[in-house]
Amino acid sequence: MAFTTIAGAARALRTGRVTSVGLADQVLARTSMVEAQLHAYLTLDSDGLMEAAARADEELAAGKDRGPLHGIPIAVKDNMTTRHMETTAGSRILSGYVPPYDATAVRRLRDAGALIAGKTNLDEFAMGSSTENSAFGPTRNPWNTDRVPGGSSGGSVAAVAAGMALGGLGSDTGGSIRQPASLCGVVGAKPTYGAVSRYGLIAFASSLDQIGPIAHRVEDAALLLDAICGHDPLDATSYPGEIEPSGSWLDRGLDGIRVGVARRLGGADAVEPDVEAAFDRALAAMEGAGAVTLEVDLPSTEQGLSAYYLIAPAECSANLARFDGVRYGLRVDGVTTEQMMSRSRADGFGAEVTRRVLLGTFALSAGYHEAFYGQAQKVRTLIREDFARAYTQCDVLVSPTSATTAFPLGDRTDDPLSMYVSDVFTIPSNLAGHPAISVPVALDRHDLPIGFQVMAPALEEAVMFQVAAAVESLTGFDTTVPFDPAYGLRGGVR
Amino acid sequence: MAVEIDISHVARLARLELSDRQMDTYGRQCQELLEHVARIQAVDTEGVEPTSHPFPTTNRFREDRVTSETVLGHEEVLAQAPDTEGPFFRVPPAIEEA
Repeated sequence: MAFTTIAGAARALRTGRVTSVGLADQVLARTSMVEAQLHAYLTLDSDGLMEAAARADEELAAGKDRGPLHGIPIAVKDNMTTRHMETTAGSRILSGYVPPYDATAVRRLRDAGALIAGKTNLDEFAMGSSTENSAFGPTRNPWNTDRVPGGSSGGSVAAVAAGMALGGLGSDTGGSIRQPASLCGVVGAKPTYGAVSRYGLIAFASSLDQIGPIAHRVEDAALLLDAICGHDPLDATSYPGEIEPSGSWLDRGLDGIRVGVARRLGGADAVEPDVEAAFDRALAAMEGAGAVTLEVDLPSTEQGLSAYYLIAPAECSANLARFDGVRYGLRVDGVTTEQMMSRSRADGFGAEVTRRVLLGTFALSAGYHEAFYGQAQKVRTLIREDFARAYTQCDVLVSPTSATTAFPLGDRTDDPLSMYVSDVFTIPSNLAGHPAISVPVALDRHDLPIGFQVMAPALEEAVMFQVAAAVESLTGFDTTVPFDPAYGLRGGVR
Repeated sequence: MAVEIDISHVARLARLELSDRQMDTYGRQCQELLEHVARIQAVDTEGVEPTSHPFPTTNRFREDRVTSETVLGHEEVLAQAPDTEGPFFRVPPAIEEA
């Protein structure tokens, strides 16, 4: 069995059992086996990876140790800028765009010694829940290639799940890290808003977007997060204070932890029976390990989906105004500047992005601003107050991550609303600005992974990771099943 | 408040040149989505302050300094542009001739 955990590979690098070049070889060999079926990467930088791996080995041999990510191959979602490496955000309008600078999260990964293996597929501009909205074709789920990997960070999640990188970065605006992590059986976390700099993250909805880690183990996700978080003067919304390292208390267990059970978070209904059963089994195991559980109700989160689908499109319509065919990206000629811009945008944006730009433009337009966008912002306040009330009684909240396991490709593409409902459990944390993590806990009757969500108050990542690590060890879920050569990649595409 | 989206007006505001058929499809879809999210108007928000940002923040100021980290040279700035002329971005006429 190859190296799948970052912590394990980091130990092996230091005892000489493996080299960084060996890890890079492993990742590239795995990619050449499964990438044609999965399409996780938009850009695979094989040469850059091998060169960086050789440098990492030299540094380590010379006694320069950059820490736990030194020499570890990482996959980065293609909505984070990478200096001199194509960055498309999954959009035709940015096809061929080569940024002159690194996003802060990417730069911090490099400074920590991590190797950027490549850029991963996503729903265009991170708008979607299945990675089917990419202008460059969908990514498939490594557990079953007839199924979607979730989204929008489906490429990073599939790459990690299938061993094409040891860890990944995604972005999460309404669940875009946690929902695909749940559907692909890996760990994915959205940190507190402001914990990780958004500088260089191609903006979708600025008050909701947050970069976060994807990995096989909770410990690995904490290592990644601790490497990229912290104040950045280049992002005015970056949190300026000190944050307790997220991996501080991973082995503290659950004794005395008060767990609020939010099984109807976001007004969720139609939770699949296997998902509900796995959730209840995990809860029972937590109680057995000393956690105190109580059912909690967050009634205002029932309006979360509606508030989100006003706020996110509104912010997206403003952010995407920068794509106008002038400074970068696609241009379609026109007689006037306005015609050139209108044609470039209509041609460059896919259907989901166009829909959200239109909806957001409407929600912000004269006469409707207060009734829609303004009201959504007030509901956002009510949701924050619901969380604050719940956290007077408990240390963390838990729920399923997704009401369903991975659904077939094409299943929800014709009905935008059915796709939007995929994020009903994850959206409330984005609206509140709180951290949340998905941990895989079980398989359903179709052998598809089921995720368990742990949420915590703002800046309480350490307790969230503590509880997530306990859930991980109690349920003992094997995230490496898709690696088993006997198991292979299942589904219709070979 | 019941609303009808005037899709051609909204498309113009958003600088999207859509075909009639696209206008029909997007108009219908946006109308359906809007009717769904409009449920939010039934929520009593009397006296509730809006949240525009998860944490209360005020403007953060920093010195306006030119650094190689945050400021790019002309060449790099223009390198990705579809059309340029000298040190400028080039676009079709913005003002119609009289």
